This record gives sequence, structure tokens and C-alpha cells, in this order.
Amino acid sequence: MSYSVTEPSPRQKWLAGTLVILYAVITMIPLLWIMMTGFKTPPDSISYPPKVFFEPSVEGYVNLFTTRTRVSPEQLESLPPPENFAEEIVRNRDMVIAGPSKFAGRFLNSVIIGFGSTFLSIFLGTLAAYAFSRFRIPLADDLLFFILSTRMMPPIAVAIPIFLMYRKLGLSDTHLGMILLYTAVNISLAVWLLKGFIDEIPREYEEAALIDGYTRFQAFYKVVLPQAATGIASTAIFCLIFAWNEYAFAVLLTSGTAQTAPPFIPTIIGVGGLDWPAIAAGATLFLLPVMIFTVMLRKHLLRGITFGAVRK
Amino acid sequence: MSEKTIDRLASATPVRVARKVKGLSDRAIAWIFVGPTIFLLLAINIFPLLWTINLSFTNFKANRLNREVKYIGLRNYERILGDADVWLSMQATAHFLFWTLFFQVLIGFTLAWLINKKFRGNDLWTTIIVLPMMLSPAVVGNFWTFLYQPQIGLFNYIMTFFTGADPSSFDMLGSVDLAPWAIVIVDTWMWTPFVMLICLAGLRSIPDYIYEAAEIDRASKLRQFFTITVPMVLPFLMLAILFRGIENFKMFDLVVQLTGGGPGSITEMASINLKREAFEKWRTGYSSAFAIILFVTVFGLASVYVKALNKVKER
Repeated sequence: MSYSVTEPSPRQKWLAGTLVILYAVITMIPLLWIMMTGFKTPPDSISYPPKVFFEPSVEGYVNLFTTRTRVSPEQLESLPPPENFAEEIVRNRDMVIAGPSKFAGRFLNSVIIGFGSTFLSIFLGTLAAYAFSRFRIPLADDLLFFILSTRMMPPIAVAIPIFLMYRKLGLSDTHLGMILLYTAVNISLAVWLLKGFIDEIPREYEEAALIDGYTRFQAFYKVVLPQAATGIASTAIFCLIFAWNEYAFAVLLTSGTAQTAPPFIPTIIGVGGLDWPAIAAGATLFLLPVMIFTVMLRKHLLRGITFGAVRK
Repeated sequence: MSEKTIDRLASATPVRVARKVKGLSDRAIAWIFVGPTIFLLLAINIFPLLWTINLSFTNFKANRLNREVKYIGLRNYERILGDADVWLSMQATAHFLFWTLFFQVLIGFTLAWLINKKFRGNDLWTTIIVLPMMLSPAVVGNFWTFLYQPQIGLFNYIMTFFTGADPSSFDMLGSVDLAPWAIVIVDTWMWTPFVMLICLAGLRSIPDYIYEAAEIDRASKLRQFFTITVPMVLPFLMLAILFRGIENFKMFDLVVQLTGGGPGSITEMASINLKREAFEKWRTGYSSAFAIILFVTVFGLASVYVKALNKVKER
């Protein structure tokens, strides 16, 4: 290996590595604790000192997906034997399963609204980004800055008139309303990021296609789109993560049919206080997809975060 | 071969005409492509903003639709600027903003600098460090209230382990002295990676030859750090501060879940105060004026800051 003044010595590398790994481990503790708590029984979850080693249980997950009612011991004995493991766990706490909880529905809402708004943001954003990148649009710079500045508004400030507007249009607490809203929030970032990606594609490719007799539309979706696929994918992930995590609009504008998981999870309560294992189970199911996504797609994602920022 | 090229060139000449014939003109396509985005932004961003401005001059209450709406001029604005609660919420915001930025810059830059030593597996560890910022602040914030529980919380237990204090003797979220720091800790945990990533991009943008030249001039490592590394990363760092500053000025989800503004109103930051006025007290006109004031503040501060940033970049 050739000597370089910018290459740190092995000792420096070892020291830097140790410190970074130490920080990474500390930063992971709260996340690991969420996942562990999901597999604890309620008494284990609130024991002192906090239990690192415990007998795993799926009670948190059972509680997450069911609602339960307390019954008297006599009633409990008169019931037929439990049909499945969930029933058995619940009966051990002198309760019976009364029905499914709202969690699955709220989770599904998050999926519908997340993917719906991501699709719409990317669809509209790609078109707009292409136009901004390739055509001369009057006041293009001002428009772009304006698009971006809409992100400076505190969500609550926008929420007041949107709340009133949606009430009039009948869009409050609907999937469509939330999809449109998240699209409007996401599209500024999407246009900005996508314009960067499209700027990088040489114009000559399309011009060659135009010369070969393609129309602009054909040149756009047969030449530009395939080239921009990676950029579109990583922008989509950002939009999806935003819509997935959003809380302020969701808590103000949805309460029932279109409520997403973030406002719902903190409201999970058990019998006699907060049911921490169930909350942790819900949090785990909600956060884990994003974590796996992040680790799997780290190359594109990390580039995207800094790319979007550094370009501005 | 050459004949083919000539053919192509020949057919290339009337391409403008060809475009007009085949499909729509570029101008039409430009508007078709940009139109929906502009429309959506007008409908869901600009129209509401104008409506907010309009409401801010009225005494409108969204829970009393039948009441006559009166224009009361600048009265709402006067009331806000004279409202002690508003100033307290601005103080809470300033405390949160200053300390989160301070810790995130300090830790974020240090981490980026260490990661840039390119030890083995640094990209995997970077990803792990980045995880908290990808997650839902509301869900994570909610879980942190569990970690902060006085007796049973993991955070208190670990603090006990290092300081020897009784784990039930302090309540991070329930104490007026500690709650402002409890939210700073969670925000720092969550968003330091963002500052780190941008600093890392800055560090990686410094070409090696600058250091090589400094080495030939026999500049010490410390001097290289302060005369090369810091000035070259500064524009990136300032950008990170801008983004975090705007985000934390708007901070809502994390703090609502952690403290809900309490205890008392010690952590009731601007956004939380606004939410209370708008959606609990239903003072729509008043809160619209407050929203406008906040927006103008962020926008003004950001504009001044961007000017300063551009000056640093030019240097």
C-alpha cells in the first residue's frame, strides 16, 4: 500500500471505530428496548430493576390486536376450553377476548395513505421536475423557491384552514383528504430532489430520440424515465417515510376511518393503566419496516439525505 | 457510414417543425407537466395561507359557525404580542432550539469526523446511527415516556447506575427543572445523525491534495484541522443548522408525546401553544394571527441566515 498523508494510521482508525461503535450501541438501546418490551408480560415490563433477561411472551401482541373484558372466575370456569393460544393468554389474566382491536385498521390506513400519497407525489413530482429541468419556465427559480418555502410553515398553522376547508368539502377523516394533503407536503421535496436527478441525465439522449422521430412524451417515458429510475426510487422512499411517520396533521384531521397508526399507538391502553407491552408491540410492527428498509437501501438513502440538502 | 451521419444531420434540421407536428409543443407540455403540481400547491398550501391571513383579522371561532364574523383589524396581533403566554412559549422554543442545535452540531460533527477516518465497516455503523431519524417521532417520543418513568424507566435506571442517585428521586418529564432537558435529550438522540450525515458529505468533499499541500508546508495536524477542515465543512454545517433550526422551530409531534407542553407550561413551545389556542380553545382568529407571526419569523430568520450562509460560501 502506498503511503498517503490523508490516510489515518491504524491506531487512529481503531480508536475512531471504537468511539463510533460505542455511540451506535448507545443509540440503539432505546430501539432494542422497544422491541424487547413487546415480548414481555405486563408485570415484567414494569418491574424494578428493569429486566434485561425475561421469559418471552406474545401477550403484548395479543393485547395489541384484541380488546378484552374482565370476567368473574365463575364465568371463566363455565366457558368452553380456550380455542387458541391467544385465548389462553388472555384467560390467564381473568379476561376474555371481546373482539379485534382497531390496530389492524389503523395500520392499513397508514399503508393506504402512505403508498397513495407517495405514488401521487412521485407521479406529479417527476412531471414537474422534468419540466423545470428541461423547459424554460417563466420565473422558474422563484417558483422552485416558493415550492420549497411552503415547508417552512408549522403544520399546525396550515392545519387550521385545511381543517375548515376539509370540513366544507367533506374531506375530513377520509383517505383521499389525507393522501392529497401528504402529497402537497411531499411534492416540494420530491420536485427538488427529482430535478437534481433529471439534471444529471444528459439532454443529448432525448435530443437523439427526438431526432429519431419520438415525440416529447415518448422521449420522456422511454428515455428519461428509465435513466431516472434510481433517483425516483430513492425520492419515493423519502416521501413514503414522511407520510408513514407524520403525526401533526393526522392527529388534527383524522379521528376514525382514516386515522393512521402514529396518533393511534400512544392511545393504546390496557386494563388499569397503559399497556406498555402492547404499545411496544405496536411500535415494533410500525417501526421495523422502516428500519429494515433503511439498512437494506442504505446506499441510496444516505446519498439522498445529503444530496437533497447539499444541492440547495 | 458517413452518408448515414449526413442523413441524420439533414433530418435533424427541421426538428422544430417536426415537434410541432408530432404531438404537442414544448410549451404546452411544460404547462401540462407543471400544472397539476402548481394547482395542488395552490389549493393545499397557498389558498389556506391566504385564508389564514384573512382569518387573522377576524374574531372567527371554528366551533361557533353561526356567530357573526367581525373584522377586528390588528387586534389579534396586538393581543398576541402582549400575551405573556406567547412570550413564555417563545422562550421555551428558544431554549429547545439553542441546546438541541448545540449538542447536535457538537456530537454530529465529531461523529462525522471519526467516521471519516474510514475504519472498517464504517458504512454499516453509520446506517445504525442513522436509524432514529428515520422513525416516527410521535411513536418514538411516546415510548421515551416509558424510558423516563421515575421508578421503572430504563433511562432513570442507567442514570442511577452512573450517578448513584435513587431512580425514583427524579422524574425527567414531571419536574420543571428536568423536562426541558428531557426533550433536548430525545431530540438530540433522534436528529444528531442528520447533522452527522451532512458534515460527512462536507468532509468527503475536501480534496486530498489540500492536505498534501499543507503537509509539504509542514502545517501541524491541529493547524490543518482549524485552517482546512473546519472552514471547508462550515458551509455544510451551517446548512444542517438551517434545516434543523426550521424543523425544531416547528417542533410538535415529539414534544407533544413526551410532555404535552408540561409540567405546567414549561415545555409548551410555539407549535404546542398554537395547537392549544386553535384546536382546544378554538380561538381561530387569534391562532391564525399567531400562525402568521410564526411563519414570518421563520421565514425572516431563514432569509437572513441564508444570506450569511452565502457569504461564508463565497469566502
